[in-house]
Amino acid sequence: MLDLRQYQSLGEALRAGVERWPDEICLIEADRERENVRMTYRAFGAAALALAGALQEAGFQNATRAAIIMTNQSKWLISAYAIFFCGGVLVPLDYKLTADEQLQLMAHSKAEFLIVEYYLWRAIAQADGFKDLGARVVLVTEAPKDADLYGAKRWEDFRGAGAATFVPRARKDAACIVYSSGTGGRPKGCVLTHENYLEQCMALTALYPFWPGVRYLSILPTNHAIDFMVGFIGPFTCGAAVVHLRTLRPEYIREAFTRYKITYMSLVPMVLKNLEKGLRQRFLELPAGRRRILDALISANRALTRRRPNLKLSRALLGQVHEAFGGGLRALFVGGAFTEPATLQFFYDLGIQVGNGYGCTEAGTAITLNDFKPFRADTVGKPLPGMELKIVNADAEGIGEVLVHSKTVMSHYLDDPEMTAETIRDGWLVTGDLGRVDGDGHLQLFGRKKNMIVTEEGKNIYPEDVETVFEGLPVKEFCVFAANFLWPARTMVGEKLVLVIHPEAGAVVTNELVAEIAERNRRLLNYKRISGYLVWDRDFPLTASLKIKRGELAEQIRGTLDRSAMVVL
Amino acid sequence: MNRMPTLQNTTDEVLRLASEHFKVPVEKLNPNDDFFKTLGINSLQALDLLTRIEQHFKIELPDYELQGVSDFRTLAERIQSRL
Repeated sequence: MLDLRQYQSLGEALRAGVERWPDEICLIEADRERENVRMTYRAFGAAALALAGALQEAGFQNATRAAIIMTNQSKWLISAYAIFFCGGVLVPLDYKLTADEQLQLMAHSKAEFLIVEYYLWRAIAQADGFKDLGARVVLVTEAPKDADLYGAKRWEDFRGAGAATFVPRARKDAACIVYSSGTGGRPKGCVLTHENYLEQCMALTALYPFWPGVRYLSILPTNHAIDFMVGFIGPFTCGAAVVHLRTLRPEYIREAFTRYKITYMSLVPMVLKNLEKGLRQRFLELPAGRRRILDALISANRALTRRRPNLKLSRALLGQVHEAFGGGLRALFVGGAFTEPATLQFFYDLGIQVGNGYGCTEAGTAITLNDFKPFRADTVGKPLPGMELKIVNADAEGIGEVLVHSKTVMSHYLDDPEMTAETIRDGWLVTGDLGRVDGDGHLQLFGRKKNMIVTEEGKNIYPEDVETVFEGLPVKEFCVFAANFLWPARTMVGEKLVLVIHPEAGAVVTNELVAEIAERNRRLLNYKRISGYLVWDRDFPLTASLKIKRGELAEQIRGTLDRSAMVVL
Repeated sequence: MNRMPTLQNTTDEVLRLASEHFKVPVEKLNPNDDFFKTLGINSLQALDLLTRIEQHFKIELPDYELQGVSDFRTLAERIQSRL
C-alpha cells in the first residue's frame, strides 16, 4: 500500500494510487445479472479528471462544498475523487433520506454543487423546499433520454475542455462534512479533516490489509463512514478493487460472492443474522449422516482455531461453506449496531472471521476492532493503533462513559460551537456510550448514556428527529425519549422510543388521541417509529427560551414511573 | 389484446404474491396493512418480495422505491407507475 504519512490530503493519496496501479481493476459495477462497469485505475483517473476539469470551468475552487446523493455505484467514487482533486469539501448525503430531509441538509451544508442520481433528483425537484435549493450547479447521472432535468446538467456529458488542475490541501483542512443525524432537529454535520481519514486508513489497513487483487463488496451506503473508508479510501490507496451492486437484495449479494471472488465485505448486524439464518437452515436440511460429519468438522475447526484463526485449515475442513462465500473471503466486518456474540461465534466456528468493531462518525469511523489474537465474541475488540480510550465516572464494576482521543477525531460540528464543546472536551471525544476495558485491553459495551437508539440495521435514531411528526397533537406538551435513557438498561439491543404526553388540564387520554398518535406514528419511516407512549401529568421543566430540559424531565419521570407505565402502541 | 391492469388488479396481485412468498393466507392481508407488522418481516425480507414482484410484472424496481413504503397499496402504486 501507499505510505500515507507522505500525503497531505485524500486527493493527493488517491492520485498517487491511480498513478501507482494504472492497470489494476479498481471498480466493478453489477446490476442484477448484468455487469455495467469494469474499470482500471487508469480509466478511473481519466474519468474523474475529465469531470474535475468541467467542475473547475464551472467555478469550482479550493474548499468549494459539493454534495453527492447516490446509491453505491462507480460514479459515486469517480465524482468524489474529482471533488478531492479540485480541493473541494465533499458532503456525502444519505440517499435513503426523504427529499425534504436532503434539502434541509443541503441548506445546512451550504453545498454549491450537487451530484445526484436522476430519480433521486426528480423527487427533490418535486419537493416543497426545492425552490430554496442553494446549489448553483447540479449534475444528474443516468437521466433517461428526453427526461426533464429540472435545471440540472447531465453528468455523462459534463466533461472539461482542458486539463484539470490539482489543488493541494493541508492535513488539517476539512475533507468531508458527514451528517450523523439531525434531519428533524439540529443537524450534526461532522467536519472531518484529511488527517482524520489518512490516519484512520493507516490504522485499519494495519489490521486488515488490502492489496492489488483484493475485492471489497460494497453494500453499506457509501455516504456512511464505514463504506467510505473500507469501500473507497482503503482499497484505493492499496491498489485493490471495489465491487458495487445496484440491487442489494440477498440473492444478488449471495451471487456476487462467487461471481466476483469477494475478499472482504462490511455489513450491519441484521444482514449478518440473515446470513446466519440461511446457513443454519441449509445445515438443517442436510441428511442426518452429512449433518453429523459437518458438526464434527465444525467442532474440529473450533478446537484448532481456538488461539488464532487459520484460514487455510478452515477452508480445507469446511470447503463447501467457504465455497458458498466464493472461496476467497478473508473477513466480514460488522458495525453500525450491536452484534450478538452467538452470531459472531457461529461464523468463527465455520472459519469465517467477522471483524466486530465499534465506532462513530465523530471518531472518523472505527475506534475498536477485533484483532483475532485470540477471537473474542463478547467484546468489540481492542482500540485501533493511535486510539486512546478512557472510561470516566466508572461504577464499582468499572463501567463508565467511553472517551476517545485520537488523530481521527473530527474537527468540529459544522456551525455549532455549543454542541462541539459538549462533545469534544479537552481534546477527548465524549461518545455517550457506556463501556468497560477488561484486563486484556478489550472494550465491552453495556449501553448508552445518550438519548438515542440504534436499530439492528445500524440506523441511529435521535428522539428530536422524530418529534416533528407529533407537532399539533392535542395535548399540552409532549417529548420523545429513548426508553433506555429514561430507565437505564445494560443492553444495546431491542432499543425503543417512547412518546411522553402531558394532556391539557382536566383532559383524559381518549381513544381518539391514541388513534391520532398511531396515525402520526405511521407517517414515520418504519424504523423511526415510537413503540409506545407514557402519560405524564406535570408541567415539563423548560429553559428560559422555552425548550424542554430533557435531562431534568427524564430524571423526574425516572423517579416516579417505571417501564410498566409505558403503553405499547 | 393486452390491457393495462388497473391499480386494483395490481394491488390484488401484490397481495397474492406476498401471501405466497410469506405463506400467509391471502384473506388475512389488506391493501392498507403495514406489511412489516402484518407479516412480521424486516426490511431485508421485504426486499426479497421485490424480486418476486419484478419477475411477476416483468419490470425493474430499484431498491429505493421501497423506501418509506410500508403498506401494500403504496407498493402497488409504485409498481403501477413502472408498468
